[in-house]
Amino acid sequence: MSGWVLVAIVAAATYGLRAAGPLGIGTAGLPGWAERSLPYVTPAVLAGLVVTATFASGRDLVLDERALGLGAAAVAVALRAPTLLVVVVAAAVTALARL
Amino acid sequence: MEATVRRLSIDRTVAAIALAVGAFGASFGVLADAAGLGTAQAIVMSVVVFAGSAQFAAVAALDGGASTVSAALSGIALNLRYLPMGLVAARSLRGGRLRRAAKAHLVTDEAVAVASRPDGSVDEPRFLATGLSMWVLWIAGTALGALGGSLIGDPESLGLDAAFPALFLALVAPRVREERGARRAALAGAALAAAGTVVLPAGLATVVAALGALAGLTVVETTRAGSEAGRERPRRPDPREEAGP
Repeated sequence: MSGWVLVAIVAAATYGLRAAGPLGIGTAGLPGWAERSLPYVTPAVLAGLVVTATFASGRDLVLDERALGLGAAAVAVALRAPTLLVVVVAAAVTALARL
Repeated sequence: MEATVRRLSIDRTVAAIALAVGAFGASFGVLADAAGLGTAQAIVMSVVVFAGSAQFAAVAALDGGASTVSAALSGIALNLRYLPMGLVAARSLRGGRLRRAAKAHLVTDEAVAVASRPDGSVDEPRFLATGLSMWVLWIAGTALGALGGSLIGDPESLGLDAAFPALFLALVAPRVREERGARRAALAGAALAAAGTVVLPAGLATVVAALGALAGLTVVETTRAGSEAGRERPRRPDPREEAGP
């Protein structure tokens, strides 16, 4: 039972967060200062996610097999490898390091 | 019809994202099954929540004995970043209220990132193609993992948890290469996320990093624009003054 309640709460809150922009302001646009900050949102969020997904373990920062995977991915990105290859390389290196 | 097909054209990058999301969905299905969430609950959760890390966090917390509300909060905290991501997509989503409401469900890091342009707007067809293919494979992956979890084995032994930071790195790389502003935003976001991981409650690091980076850069940008305008004024005489008789 608590499973369904969990699903409902998380779904409602997540949709509210997603739709606040598109439905709240629509195509009207934001105040100038907020408008100027929009190009920075995606790079800041993605880079933050790279760090938390690679180095966070609870509230600690750790270096483990994921860091090796990300390092390999960074080399692939630098060599302009296609996205799928970057992802596969990261997973493969991490999996090998865990053997 | 031809236009529709072209609009949903899926290139290699979009396919790579969808495949990675499908694999991640399978690992969520495995976890949900192991955590005692029913198969139907796991699949419905993927349909209506459609947010990987939040679903993992919420289900793991519930399994770890947290109350329903605190398990939900640990998932929701991770999704706070969808508010700014939704703002990025907002101007670019076309159609009436109902259509925009449906499209808003596809606001995800990957779909916004792969469709975002340097001016801060979003290429809507690319956003929709990415978001829809991710959604379908996320649900299919969840079903596969929840039903056949024992066949897949432990997702961590396959390195799937490292696939996502790699995907985000690949998605942010083109912007970081070409734009100084994006480079600064990425550096600030990464540094603040690292600091936030240590000092903030779980799940809040990313959104705080994003907002901190935005605030800082917007202030810098505004100040610089102001001072440059001040410097340039003497070098550019007002045309009206030159236009003598």
